[in-house]
Amino acid sequence: MTDYLIDGGVLAHGKNVQVLISDGRIVEIDRIVSSPNAVNAVRVDARNCLILPGFVDLHTHLREPGREDSETVESGSRAAAKGGFTAVSAMANTFPVADTAGVVEQVYALGQAAGLCDVFPIGAVTQGLAGQALAELGAMADSKARVRIFSDDGNCVFDPIVMRRALEYVKKFNGVIAQHAQDPQLTKDAQMNEGFLSSRLGMKGWPSVAEESIIARDVLLADHVKSRLHVCHVTTSGGVDIIRWAKARGIQVSAEVTPHHLLLTEDLATSYDPMYKVNPPLRTQKDVMALREGLADGTIDVVATDHAPHSAESKECEWQAAAFGMLGLETAFSIVQATMIDTKMMTWSDLADRMSTAPALIGGYSDHGQSLRVGSRAHIAIVNPTRGWQVDRDLVASRSKNTPYHGMEFSGSVVATFFRGVPTVLDSKLVRSNNGN
Amino acid sequence: MRHLLSTADLSYAQANKILDTAKEMARISEGPVKKLPTLRGRTIVNLFFEDSTRTRISFEAAAKRLSADVINFSAKGSSASKGESLKDTAQTLQAMGADAVILRHSASGAAQRLASSHWTTGSVINAGDGTHEHPTQALLDAFTIRKHLRGGTGDLRGLTVAIVGDILHSRVARSNIHLLNLLGAQVILVAPPTLIPLGAEKWPVQISYDLDAVLPLVDAVMMLRVQQERMNDFFFPTAREYSHYYGLNSDRLKLMKPNSLIMHPGPMNRGLEITAESADSARSVILEQVTNGVSVRMAVLYLLLAGAPNEGGDLI
Ligand SMILES: [Zn+2]
Repeated sequence: MTDYLIDGGVLAHGKNVQVLISDGRIVEIDRIVSSPNAVNAVRVDARNCLILPGFVDLHTHLREPGREDSETVESGSRAAAKGGFTAVSAMANTFPVADTAGVVEQVYALGQAAGLCDVFPIGAVTQGLAGQALAELGAMADSKARVRIFSDDGNCVFDPIVMRRALEYVKKFNGVIAQHAQDPQLTKDAQMNEGFLSSRLGMKGWPSVAEESIIARDVLLADHVKSRLHVCHVTTSGGVDIIRWAKARGIQVSAEVTPHHLLLTEDLATSYDPMYKVNPPLRTQKDVMALREGLADGTIDVVATDHAPHSAESKECEWQAAAFGMLGLETAFSIVQATMIDTKMMTWSDLADRMSTAPALIGGYSDHGQSLRVGSRAHIAIVNPTRGWQVDRDLVASRSKNTPYHGMEFSGSVVATFFRGVPTVLDSKLVRSNNGN
Repeated sequence: MRHLLSTADLSYAQANKILDTAKEMARISEGPVKKLPTLRGRTIVNLFFEDSTRTRISFEAAAKRLSADVINFSAKGSSASKGESLKDTAQTLQAMGADAVILRHSASGAAQRLASSHWTTGSVINAGDGTHEHPTQALLDAFTIRKHLRGGTGDLRGLTVAIVGDILHSRVARSNIHLLNLLGAQVILVAPPTLIPLGAEKWPVQISYDLDAVLPLVDAVMMLRVQQERMNDFFFPTAREYSHYYGLNSDRLKLMKPNSLIMHPGPMNRGLEITAESADSARSVILEQVTNGVSVRMAVLYLLLAGAPNEGGDLI
């Protein structure tokens, strides 16, 4: 295997280093590496760049099996690599649903075959995501995919007894239930955040209480049965408050926020352009600020993309008929930098934690999220905070083009990604032939 | 302007221009030669994804009196719920050379979506989009009020108008709130709290839950259609209780000022939001609203389309 020398970059805490990679691991990391192997290593220019642990996404819709027209494990892996990710978590709402060992093993194998990042399947909590009967959580946990996160994402596990049992059951293998917190009764046919704007636009409102009431219930349930709850895509200031309260009580709850909820607000719905239609919906500026504060103070543990590719047809229509969701993998880093670093709300070490260390810990992805030191797996994202770029939906690696950021400019970008010591992205472009697997 | 999507897009001058033009159109319609050659050779499409015979024939009559060719395209029954048909249909109509599309759709924002897409280059006129807006209805309402209470000229300053009923789901209410405010009228919304949209306290309106208290104050009352199905969503307990508190009946008629008007966009649910006695009373201008609808729609088509093809809008 080729050796690589990352040269000229700094670590999250500011130390200037060279990083020598050999056989998939970091073999030396120092101001100037001393190993004679460095001479023959391929040099990767990281001047003006930060060298961070490869990003880990806990919430990725890869659409395979079933909707390969909008994304495949392979195309989603390419998008992930371009975004600096070395691990993603494939959501269970595929066709068929990932509610058996067979499906999760298939998705896991597809990820390994693509070889651009680790694809860790998330198992469904209930059979067919129907919220009625538990899926075979144990079989999925014991499968080759070693599933630890379970979610009916897209649907809320609404029945409190089903939620309680699921939380209890996964304690056996230290699993976690990732809840899509949305009271379905309060959000029937809902289209956007409920408030002044939805009333003016004549769109059925999606009240914040529909999210907060489920979060409140579930943290109490998690406390009651002493299990682990993960709250998917928190979007409201009230939700942040409840999680902050729960953490102060010692409840085992973690939470994620999406890049789009850190950046965009409901005002975009004024255009009726379904590119901004997403579940949960974009909220108000006040919510955005609360989410940023929550992420900064650690109430929200991780950034997760909720990358949700959709075919052109599902968005080229009136708002009400359009599918929910937007792309997220390729723009996540730039948005987190813009909203959290450039605003001085977080440090680079915080960013490495929220995008790599913390999500790897929640998912039990022990190979990922490690601090960069000798011996650790070379899962690395190299980012340049001053290399700007403009999002172009025609240039995405994803099979779908439903990015709400088309035409937007960001000041920082992912320059290179190393997965198991092999570059998947160099000079911000996908490396076509990687390790030859 | 090229499209009419929302009354919120209108300036004071534009709104008055439409009303003044509608007055001219009404004058012509009452004369011996009802037809104007203005839009000869232009193609106007009534694209209705939702049934509304009265709105469709009103637009059709308006277009024909301006000598336009009218194509009625009813997309109901096709895959309207799948949404992509809006794009496909619009592109089909574009290929047929539509100069204007009058769109009725169950999805809020459909008209704006069509206007901002590249699916059609023609003018888009919103004939009702979901629970969002129905601008020509508001214009004909304003025209009717102006005619009766302002001698047919000027704005509506000094007048108070109550809009009563299912505000939450009403596109008529939204369009009227913008326009009545623009023209200087005071607006009072009257409904049970369940049918007042969240955040409406920030609208330029007063809100009341008490119809009896409001009726003596108003110069015009607009009764909105209330669908019985709303009961199933718990908006109010029973139709009877709704009528009891918010129906316009003969007792309530007596509370109204001498020259005040009773209006209804139709179709009426007689016995629910309005009794036959009120609908047919001397104060009622409900039928006249229908007549005025044609004049107002003629004005809108004329102002958007008269002039060189593809350069409509110079007139507004
Ligand atoms: Zn979700």
